[in-house]
Amino acid sequence: MILLTCPHCGPRGISEFTYRGDATVARPTAPEGVDDTSWVEYLHLRDNHKGPHDELWHHVQGCRRWLRVRRDVVTHKVISCCDLAGDPAGDVAESNP
Amino acid sequence: MNRHPSMGRLIDRNRPLSFTFDGETYRGYHGDTLASALMANGVRVIGRSFKYHRPRGIFGAGSEDPSALVQMRAGARAEPNMRATQVELYEGLVAHSQNNWPSLNWDLGAALGLVSRFLPAGFYYKTFMWPGKFWPHYEHLIRNMAGMGRSAKAADPDHYEKRHAHCDVLVIGGGAAGRTAATEAAKDGSLVWLVDENAQLEALDNVTTMARTTAFGKYDDGLYGLVERTGDHLAKPEAGAPRQILWLVRAGRMILASGAIERPLVFANNDRPGILLASAAARYLADYGVAPGKRAVIVANNDSAYDVASTLIEGGVEVAAIIDQRHMTTRREIAGCEILHNHAVIDTAGRHGLRRVTIAPLDVDGDAVPQSERLIDCDLLCVAGGFTPSVHLFSQAGGKLTFRDDIQTMVPKTEVPGITVVGTANGELDGGIGAPIALSRGKAKQFIDLQNDVTAADVELAAREGYRSVEHLKRYTTLGMGTDQGKTSNLNGIAALANALDKPLPDVGITTYRAPYTPVTIGALAGREVGAFFTPTRRTPLQEWHEDNGAVFVPAGLWQRPHYYPRGGEAMADAVKREVLAVRENVAIVDVSTLGRIDLHGVDVAEFLNRVYINGFKTLAIGMCRYGVMLRDDGMIFDDGTVAHMGDNHYIMTTTTANAGPVMAHLEYYLQVVWPDLDVRLTSITDQWAVVAVAGPQSRALLENLDSDMEFANQALPFMGWRAGEIGNIAAQVFRISFSGELAYEMAVPSDHGHALWEMLLAAGKDMDVIPYGTEALTTLRTEKGHFVMGPEADGRASADDMGLGRMLSSKKDFIGRRSLRLPALMTEGRLNLVGLVPTDGKTAIPPGAIMGNRETPGPSMEKAGHVATSVFSATLGKPIATAMVTNGRQRHGETLWAHSPVDGRVVQVEVTDPIFIDAKGERLRA
Ligand SMILES: [Zn+2]
Repeated sequence: MILLTCPHCGPRGISEFTYRGDATVARPTAPEGVDDTSWVEYLHLRDNHKGPHDELWHHVQGCRRWLRVRRDVVTHKVISCCDLAGDPAGDVAESNP
Repeated sequence: MNRHPSMGRLIDRNRPLSFTFDGETYRGYHGDTLASALMANGVRVIGRSFKYHRPRGIFGAGSEDPSALVQMRAGARAEPNMRATQVELYEGLVAHSQNNWPSLNWDLGAALGLVSRFLPAGFYYKTFMWPGKFWPHYEHLIRNMAGMGRSAKAADPDHYEKRHAHCDVLVIGGGAAGRTAATEAAKDGSLVWLVDENAQLEALDNVTTMARTTAFGKYDDGLYGLVERTGDHLAKPEAGAPRQILWLVRAGRMILASGAIERPLVFANNDRPGILLASAAARYLADYGVAPGKRAVIVANNDSAYDVASTLIEGGVEVAAIIDQRHMTTRREIAGCEILHNHAVIDTAGRHGLRRVTIAPLDVDGDAVPQSERLIDCDLLCVAGGFTPSVHLFSQAGGKLTFRDDIQTMVPKTEVPGITVVGTANGELDGGIGAPIALSRGKAKQFIDLQNDVTAADVELAAREGYRSVEHLKRYTTLGMGTDQGKTSNLNGIAALANALDKPLPDVGITTYRAPYTPVTIGALAGREVGAFFTPTRRTPLQEWHEDNGAVFVPAGLWQRPHYYPRGGEAMADAVKREVLAVRENVAIVDVSTLGRIDLHGVDVAEFLNRVYINGFKTLAIGMCRYGVMLRDDGMIFDDGTVAHMGDNHYIMTTTTANAGPVMAHLEYYLQVVWPDLDVRLTSITDQWAVVAVAGPQSRALLENLDSDMEFANQALPFMGWRAGEIGNIAAQVFRISFSGELAYEMAVPSDHGHALWEMLLAAGKDMDVIPYGTEALTTLRTEKGHFVMGPEADGRASADDMGLGRMLSSKKDFIGRRSLRLPALMTEGRLNLVGLVPTDGKTAIPPGAIMGNRETPGPSMEKAGHVATSVFSATLGKPIATAMVTNGRQRHGETLWAHSPVDGRVVQVEVTDPIFIDAKGERLRA
């Protein structure tokens, strides 16, 4: 079980979290101005990365904050884990090896 | 019993035990395994093999044994496929052989051995692939033939625990290397655990030692799965103690000292009882004082055979010959024992156990020289093919292996952070191992995998048929896929494939090691999470009252909600009818504390609500409530509920019972990720409030009987209004909202006062015969009223317009999911719309989940026009009704369709109607 180091709660087993998906996909700020193709792409299409990947995880059994986790999906190594609301650079908590 | 007078360091001769195997009673000693005790009693055939039903005996002495599998215990504790080599003997132990019928020594299935040329590699795939409709027959046949023991049918009477722990250093394997490593690691004060799968493990200073504990899996970030068998060595666990404990240990680092497993050699008929791994044969003497035979032959490709010979001779076994496959050796002579170099065992004989071996000298190609065979009588053949490091957990962690020529096996190559491999597991083994030889053969079987009956011919056939990858070979032949995980067979399988492909062994690669190292019981994995503890049960503040008053419960998420309250021997249908009519004609109360309740504070709450609901919330005045529908961003209905404006910058939202958690996560996502600039604070307050709905034309009269400072008249508390006040000194909030379509009020009080409120409502309504009602009446009431719910109607594929809520969609603002409403798929003709159904005959129940068709007889040309969502008997209308999602349903009111049940084949003719069956104008709830 992967260990995520929550910037608020410390190292916790991944079963405390839920996964949402790709953190690099941003919801269009003005959806009404977006064409059908781009909107459907935002809704449904995701790249299947190999290697380091930014993901959204929700600490549902802890602080209930949404976290941006950078994780190598090949090795499962967690590279960083930070709160979306905080300064991403300042809040980075390096995970255990 | 056949026991050596002085050898046998593990048995206690002062503690004799009796046990039975296949109904026969035998004697053994405390410290024996079932295997050693059977061996001491001269039992050679332990079971029949998986595919060919050949007699099989004890082959190894520990977890590596592929063949001595037995059915342990009986009744509810029966457990199949237990390795006799690891079963500790206890008084009264009961074991049975497996995979034989009608008896172990006279097995009908063994006849299969005679037709075994029809059972080649890939047999199942080739034979049972087509036509698919015959598969159920094949499957039945295969399962009967291939069954390896029988699992218990009754519930397990034992309990299992699950524990989490941390340590700095986890040492796996209690041999010399593991003990040294553990002692060393503990010197700096580290918290060190030393675990071993065997029963014997001496304590070490400053080290936590755990015997009978198998480290079966390595998981991410230093998590290890261990099973401690606390009760397996007893007839039944001590009172209150668990049978097994599943440990999930997070270790700073791990030291793997799991040793090495001896490899068999491959030759014709190498599976007879009496053929043992050489190291195992020596262990039976040294550890249990049991000689595995009277006259032995040892066949080897390395020097370890000579030590085994000495041990056997010390134990009184005559060693007729050492057959050394290598050309030359520097080894010593052993008195009374013929030593033959450059020879091999090429065949064996003995129907129910070894009686004779055939040996022959090898030619320059490593094959037997023709016409030069010699027979040697023996009842024990020890095979010594070198040792394979047990690198399972290292490999599970992603460690790579490299082939070492001097020991002819794979050893750890790469570094894995946090893991150190020591001792023989790391390849600290004597060199000089001869390379595997591939002997030619006639029709005789040369077994590689003794558990799954995979032969050298199977591997060659697979290679000829194009299975060149070792992973494909494994799946095609089932090599190494048994409960032993191929501990003795994997390397020989790779060697055979390398030979068949004419490639060097290292180029063939090795199959991926996966957890578990040895099988883990489902009981251990489940732990205490069985029966009522499978999931937690959420209880409302009124749960006790419901239980005390005869409610029949129904699960709703983690809740157990009252389904209905039967009176005396009343049937469900009668109780529900009574409860529905009470709401329609009088007054009744229902516990709705399970609805999700979210408190919202902040200057931007109104703006936020505007964005998450399809309808507008900015005009909602303090003191008022509004019904709202939420979409997902793809335009599908996500949830619905009401929002009450409580005060400045303060609102309370209700969600459906099942969606309370997902809605909270959804709101948190949009606030934290998408709109972090909004000032809104969310708090889940579901558990803080007890909520009771009072519904029915007499509900206002009932409330007016309460001891309260509140007024409930229309002017004081209009429809969709809410007021705070006191009810019998309890601070309460009363919301005038209705799910049933009747005049209704939802009363919310702090949880601790829920029971008091309920009793006050019952007291206030006593003279009006107020009764409680359950969720089945609730479902009937809302179906009559045409309300959809999340699940049956809004199943994640339905839009607001599909539900007839098009008018609610605000055009003045953006909201989650709005952009999707313009997508072609949501604007197209032919979407499923919510409709009502009534049976044409006015009395036949409409099957829930039925497929809607435009004719009575199904067939390819029938229009599949949707499906039935909710089906109830409407007590109010006196007939069955249903909701359905029907293609273009809104335009089809009045049309006749047929509901086809896919479950029982019932077909019911129905008329499509408006989904609202009663009070379409909503006069009752505004009364
Ligand atoms: Zn947290």
